[in-house]
Amino acid sequence: MAKSLAELKAIREKKLNEINLRHGKNGYRVVVGMATCGIAAGARPVMVKLMEEVQAKNLVDVTVAQTGCIGMCKLEPIVEVYDSNDEKVTYVHMTPEKVTKVIEEHLVKGNVVTEYTMTVVDGKVIDTTVKA
Amino acid sequence: MKELSLHILDVTQNSIRANAKLVNLTIFESIAKNEFTITIEDDGCGISAEKLQYVTDPFVTTRTTRKVGLGLSLFKAAAETCGGYFEISSELGVGTKVVASFMRDHIDRVPLGNMPDTVVTMVMSFEETDLIYEHNYNNRSFVFNTREIKETLEVTSLNEPDILQWIREFIRDGLEEIMEEE
Repeated sequence: MAKSLAELKAIREKKLNEINLRHGKNGYRVVVGMATCGIAAGARPVMVKLMEEVQAKNLVDVTVAQTGCIGMCKLEPIVEVYDSNDEKVTYVHMTPEKVTKVIEEHLVKGNVVTEYTMTVVDGKVIDTTVKA
Repeated sequence: MKELSLHILDVTQNSIRANAKLVNLTIFESIAKNEFTITIEDDGCGISAEKLQYVTDPFVTTRTTRKVGLGLSLFKAAAETCGGYFEISSELGVGTKVVASFMRDHIDRVPLGNMPDTVVTMVMSFEETDLIYEHNYNNRSFVFNTREIKETLEVTSLNEPDILQWIREFIRDGLEEIMEEE
């Protein structure tokens, strides 16, 4: 086996300080809809891209996880970004390319990428057409 | 689903909802027996005998967000289309076992697909839940066990990019090794 657990342990020890930071509560929590609808629509490459970008940009206070069906299957893959106040932004019809932009604009600079979101009024989706 | 690995990802999401502590995924491939069998077993809350009769009915789901449940029905249809079979057994409080078997060379059998990315996505979804993935290819086998990694690193969660990247390469190398021509 080319890869050994010892090697992994060495990588970890170098980065231990970062891990403690990630468990702080100041950062973003990103969740991907990972039910049958999300998976069939392409949630896996979106999830993997999020992981790659978080690593590449060294975003130590961002966690990426999964959620179930959000109830808008035709808008999958859906990515929800929660800030430290638990305010949520919902991105729809996501792709790995869109992930790169959301990471750069939203998670790094704090600017919501409005063109990838949907229009919601009083909790109801009023415009499900994709803006971009 | 375009890949069998996406069905696997989908079924293991049920295990998370069932609060499983451990998911055992076994893939058995044999060219000699013309067999491709996926077994997913968890120690989650289980499904009652009454509900078990309907779980592969697409119009049955425990969700409240929508009225259809396609995951298990799609997996069953895929296996049965490929001259194989689908079985689900479960016991309340003990766990659930899903077996989907395919004729390996059947023209309609979609490829297994990207297992490294699938396992990474599973680990990102699993939090405390553990995964043991065993892949047997023509009597050569590869095993991946999250408990082993957690013990070595002394951590409770593997949802960290550098660990995930390592896992991705570990799976890729491990599968390549058992599948290379002799």
